[in-house]
Amino acid sequence: MIAYILRRVFQSALVLLIVGLVAFSMFRFVGDPVENMLGQERTQEDVDRLRDQLGLNDPFPVQYWTFLSRAAQGEFGISYRQGRDVADIIAERLPATLELAAVSGMLALVFGIGLGVFTAIRKDGWVSSTIMSVSLIGVSLPTFLIGILLIWIFSVELDMLPSFGRGDTVDLGGWTTGFLTESGLKALILPAITLGLYQMTLIMRLVRAEMLEVLRQDYIRFARARGLREKSVNFRHALKNTLVPVITVTGLQLGSIIAFAIITETVFQWPGVGLLFINAIQFVDIPVMAAYLMLISVMFVGINLIVDLLYFAIDPRLRVDGGAGGH
Amino acid sequence: MKYTTMTATALALVLGTGAYAETLKWARSGDALTLDPHAQNEGVTVAVMHQMMEPLLIRDPSGELVPGLATEWSVSPENPDVWNFKLREGVKFHDGADFTAEDVVFSFERALSEQSDMKGIISSIASVEAVNDYEVNITTKGANPILPATLPNIFVIDKGWAEANDVVGVQDVEGGEETYASLNVNGTGPYKLVSRENDVKTVMTINEDYWGKDEFPMVYTDIEFTPIQNQATRMAALLSGEVDFIQDVPVQDLERIKSTDGMKVLTAPQNRVIFFGLNVADELVGGNVDGKNPLQDIRVREAMNIAVNREAIQQVVMRGQSQPAGVIMPPFVNGWTEALDQYPEYDIEKAKALMEEAGYGDGFSITLNCPNDRYVNDEAICQAAVGMMAQIGIDVNLEALPKAQHFPLVNGLSTDMYMLGWGIPSYDSEYIFNFLYHTKGDLYGAWNGTRYSNEKIDEMTQAIASEVDLEKRNAMIAEMWEIAKADTVYLPIHHQVLNWAMKDSVGAAMDSDDQVKVKYFTID
Repeated sequence: MIAYILRRVFQSALVLLIVGLVAFSMFRFVGDPVENMLGQERTQEDVDRLRDQLGLNDPFPVQYWTFLSRAAQGEFGISYRQGRDVADIIAERLPATLELAAVSGMLALVFGIGLGVFTAIRKDGWVSSTIMSVSLIGVSLPTFLIGILLIWIFSVELDMLPSFGRGDTVDLGGWTTGFLTESGLKALILPAITLGLYQMTLIMRLVRAEMLEVLRQDYIRFARARGLREKSVNFRHALKNTLVPVITVTGLQLGSIIAFAIITETVFQWPGVGLLFINAIQFVDIPVMAAYLMLISVMFVGINLIVDLLYFAIDPRLRVDGGAGGH
Repeated sequence: MKYTTMTATALALVLGTGAYAETLKWARSGDALTLDPHAQNEGVTVAVMHQMMEPLLIRDPSGELVPGLATEWSVSPENPDVWNFKLREGVKFHDGADFTAEDVVFSFERALSEQSDMKGIISSIASVEAVNDYEVNITTKGANPILPATLPNIFVIDKGWAEANDVVGVQDVEGGEETYASLNVNGTGPYKLVSRENDVKTVMTINEDYWGKDEFPMVYTDIEFTPIQNQATRMAALLSGEVDFIQDVPVQDLERIKSTDGMKVLTAPQNRVIFFGLNVADELVGGNVDGKNPLQDIRVREAMNIAVNREAIQQVVMRGQSQPAGVIMPPFVNGWTEALDQYPEYDIEKAKALMEEAGYGDGFSITLNCPNDRYVNDEAICQAAVGMMAQIGIDVNLEALPKAQHFPLVNGLSTDMYMLGWGIPSYDSEYIFNFLYHTKGDLYGAWNGTRYSNEKIDEMTQAIASEVDLEKRNAMIAEMWEIAKADTVYLPIHHQVLNWAMKDSVGAAMDSDDQVKVKYFTID
C-alpha cells in the first residue's frame, strides 16, 4: 500500500514538472515583458540591462531551473506588473476566488439536485419541459454573455445588485471574506450564478437521467407496492442510489469551477486569482503566470491524487495485486 | 410655517456641508502599477499619482504649463545651461514635513537614477542643486530651451520620509523585495492616500492643508478609483450609477450614453497620433521584390499614402471618433501647422499611376504588423488598410498581435510595415524627431523602425535640442518637417480622440493627456 501511494505521489510530482515545463516554454510566445516595464523613452541600454537582470537572456532550461529551485524554497519572485511579492499577491487574491467557487458549487449542487429530482418525477409536466428547455441556455451560452446579461438586467435595469467588484470585505487574519457584510453578499450573487450555471445544468441533467433509470428498477416498484409514501420512495430509495456518479462528477468539476472563474472574474471585475492571471498575461508578468499555473496544477493533481487514494480505499481488488490495476 | 423654516435650515446645512462630502467614483480600464513616482512611466500610474503628488510645473487641463511646486522659472542670464526655479514656500507634505529645496534635489536625483523609469524624459539634466531653501538650479547638458516642458510628470517626494522608510532608491523589480514606496505616498498633492488594494480600489481624501485649496475648485472631498477591465461592465457600472465617471469609453457605446438621461460624454483631441511605418532599408524582412525593396521608391510610398482613405477609416472604423491626420504630430504640439496636417486626397487612379511609374503596376506583397490591444480599434484600422492597399495592387498580409509581441518586432527591426501610435509628453516636435526620425542608434531614434536615415535631419535634431533662440529653433523645426513630410516614411492615419463619460453632475476638466486632475473638477 505504501509503495502504491509513493508511486502515485511520484507520478504527481512528475506531472507538475511537466506542466511547469510546458508553461515555461509557452511564456516566450506571450511577448516581451520588458516592453511593458519600461516607458516610451527607454534606451536600448535600459532594455539590455533589464533583460539581463530578469534573466531573460538565459537559455530557457536555465530560466526553468532557476524558477524551480526558487519555487522549491517557496519563492516565486516579484511581480513585474505590481512590483510586489507574488506569493503575497496570490495569498491576497485566493480567498476571493475560493469563496466565489464555493458559493457557485453549492448553488450548482443544491439547485442541480433539486431540479433534477423534480424534472425526473414530473417528467411529463409543462414545468419540467420548461426547466429542461431553459437549462439548455446554461449549457450553450458562453459564460461572459450570461454575466453581461445578468449585469444588464439586475444592475442596470432593476438596479438591485452591484455590477462589479466584491463589495466590502472583512479581514480575518489574512483571509478577506465577503460573507460578513451585506454588500459583500450582494456582490456574490451575480458572479456565483454566472459561474455555477453550467455546473448546475450539468448536475441537473445527470441527476434526472440517473433518477429516470433508477425509477424503473424493480426495487422501486416493490417499494411502491409495499405502500410506502411517494416522498420516501423518491428520496430514500431512488435519490440515494443516484448520488454516486453525481459525487464523482462534482469532485471533478470543482477544479474546473476554479479554472472557469477566469472569465467570470474578468466580467465582474472580481478580484480573484483568475483576474490576476488575465492581467498577468496581458503584461507578460512571468512570475505571476508561472505561480498561478503551478498553483492550479497542484490543485488538479492534488484532487486526482485524493480520488486515486479513495479508489484504493474503496476497491479491495487494488490491494490484492499491489495496485497494478488501472482504472 | 415653523416646519418649513426648519426644513430650509436643515436643507441649507445639508447643502453647506453637502459639498463637503462629495465622493467622486472614478473607473477606467487599468489600475496604477505602483505608487512609487519614479518606477513606472505609464499613463494610468501617472494619472493616479497626479492626485497625490506634484511636480515643479503642472500642465493644466488646457495643456498650459502652470506653477506647481515652483512659482517662477527662468534661464540663468549668465549661463544658458542653467535653469533657475523659485519654489513655493509654506508647502507641507501629507505627513506634515516641510517642503524645501533638498526634497527637490533628492527627488530629481532619484528620478535620474539608473532604476528610474523617468530618467529618459529628463535625460538632458546634468545636475540639480539647491541655491537656498526655496530655490534650485537645474543644470542641463548643453542648453535646453524646452526643459520646463519635460518636468510635469516628475513628482517630488519628501527626502526625510524616503530615508526613514528605506526607499531612497527606486524599486528594482528584480531586486527581490517590494518597497514601502510602491504602496504608500507622501506627496504635497491635493489628495491624500487613504487606502489602496491593488487592482481593486484606491481611496483618497482631500488634503485640507493643500496650498491651492482656495485657488482650485476642489469640490470633491473623496476619490474612489476603481479599475474595471471589461468594457461592458464599465459601461454598466456607469449606467447603474455605481460609478460617476469613466475613462476608456468604447466608441460603440457613446450614443447609448448620450441618449441616457442624466449622463453625458465629453470629447477632446488626444495627445496621440496613429500611423504606419515603412521599411526603407535595402532589404525587406519578408524578402525583396525582384531584388529590390519597393518601399525605397518614394513613388510607391506616395502611392500608398494616397491610397489610404482616411475619411473612410474615420467614418466606418472609428465612428467619427478620430481626426484624419497628414503629419505624425498632434495639433497642439510646437511645430504643428494646418498645412502640415493636410492629408493627400484619396485618389486610386493617381496612386495606381504612381505605382505603374515606379514599375510596380502589378503590385507586390508585404506583411503589415499591427497591435490588437494597444490603440482604439487598432486591428480594425489595419484590416481597413489591407483592403485599401489591395486597390493599388499591394497584397497585404495582416499580422495582428498583442502589444507585448508587436513592439519587439518594431524595435527589433523585424517588420516591413507596422502600426505605431505616438504621444508627445513635451508638446514639442523635438521629441518626435528624436525618437522617430533620427537614425536609430544608442541615444537617438529609439523607436525609428523604418531604418530611415537622413544626415540633415540627424544634425538638426541634435541642433534644436540646444538652440536657445526660439524663433530660429522654430524655423529649423519647420524646415525639418518639410523634409520629413516629403520623404513619407510614415503614413499618418489619424489623431485619436478622447472620450470621458460621466453623470451630468460631474464637471470634468478634460485634458489631452488623459490624466484627470480632480482638483480642477467642478460639480454642475
